[in-house]
Amino acid sequence: MNKTAQNFVKGIIKENPVLVLVLGTCPTLATSTSVINALGMGAAATVVLLCSNIVISALRKVIPDKVRIPCYIVLIAGFVTMVQMLVKAFAPDLDKALGIYLPLIVVNCIILGRAEMFANKNNVFDSAIDALGMGVGFTLALFCMATIREVFGNGTFAGIEIPVLIDNHVSILTMAPGGFFVFGLLIAAVNKFGKYKPKKKDFGCEGCPQADSCGKTSCEKDEKEAAVSD
Amino acid sequence: MTKFIVILLSAVFINNYVLSRFLGICPFLGVSKKLDSATGMSLAVIFVMLMATAATYPIQKFLLDPNGLGYLQTIVFILVIAALVQLVEIVLKRYIPSLHKSLGVYLPLITTNCAVLGVTILNIDEGYSFAEAMVNSLGSGLGFFLAMVMFSGVRSTIEGSDIPESFKGLPVTLTAAAITSLSFLGFSGVIENLFPM
Repeated sequence: MNKTAQNFVKGIIKENPVLVLVLGTCPTLATSTSVINALGMGAAATVVLLCSNIVISALRKVIPDKVRIPCYIVLIAGFVTMVQMLVKAFAPDLDKALGIYLPLIVVNCIILGRAEMFANKNNVFDSAIDALGMGVGFTLALFCMATIREVFGNGTFAGIEIPVLIDNHVSILTMAPGGFFVFGLLIAAVNKFGKYKPKKKDFGCEGCPQADSCGKTSCEKDEKEAAVSD
Repeated sequence: MTKFIVILLSAVFINNYVLSRFLGICPFLGVSKKLDSATGMSLAVIFVMLMATAATYPIQKFLLDPNGLGYLQTIVFILVIAALVQLVEIVLKRYIPSLHKSLGVYLPLITTNCAVLGVTILNIDEGYSFAEAMVNSLGSGLGFFLAMVMFSGVRSTIEGSDIPESFKGLPVTLTAAAITSLSFLGFSGVIENLFPM
């Protein structure tokens, strides 16, 4: 497999942002109540990710190293605003369904994480491919979760009623506890059937957008130090 | 007065930011292993939420809205919050070093906490007055605190138990979060019955 294909595929399976790197949990849990919302959220985040990765990678030699995080945040916020306006204009229903989670794409760890981990070290083409792969991975994970939650929780799939399930739906799955539960099950399934060993730590510094400003080498240590200083 | 109590209670229990609105999940899963770090983090969140609302609400009402710049909300808010967090850190370090020592580690982490940006945007969307917005921020912060402290208790119990291999780590934590969140569902409807409007 050549490098381009590898860059694309790794975001979908090996480094799936949601199920393996565990980034962007908030929108995953919140918007996976229905398949349509999940796809909308995935598409919006993918567009922002693609634009920000391209621009950040193009500007990587211009942006001074010390102020790069604020620069990235401004760029990302700009793209989020654009997407927000487009969604408002062309898909008002989706805008209502996603609500607060649309502007909150700004603080989605996946986007800042990819900017920090990939776009500022690689050229524009590779970064675009990486963004597409990650975006598709994110959308796919959201789609899986939303399918489980909508089919079993609501008895419908993308709004279409499913014969037997419509009368026997488990509505708790579409509520908050169901979100946590299905997400937990999915990650457990990835641990079980993927060849990836369950990580000891929930969060590594590699995936943490604040790794830089926080200055610690691991979050474990962080907690210990906090405990000592208290 | 009743209105403030209703806003406060519903922000703490019914629309709990972590357990029913899914905002601030990263720190909820990341820093809830130990009680003292959970407390430190949530105190910092309460503090920053109040400061951020106090700063962003006037900006929206007196700067963006009159000039027709409402669409700049997202960009302006995230920048204000980021700047504010830096400023708070500097001020605390200089004048209240003891507080800085206990909250300092968590402050930089808060900039990208979606609960903070979420509460500032929701305050505007809900059309709250300034006082109501502050009460809502306080309630949201307290709700975050409650969820964090409760969950760190739940987690310390899970740590020592025998868990299937593939459930180790995050999956079991999420399952526990589901059960904790289930307990908060019990609060739904309480406010309507306590304060019929």
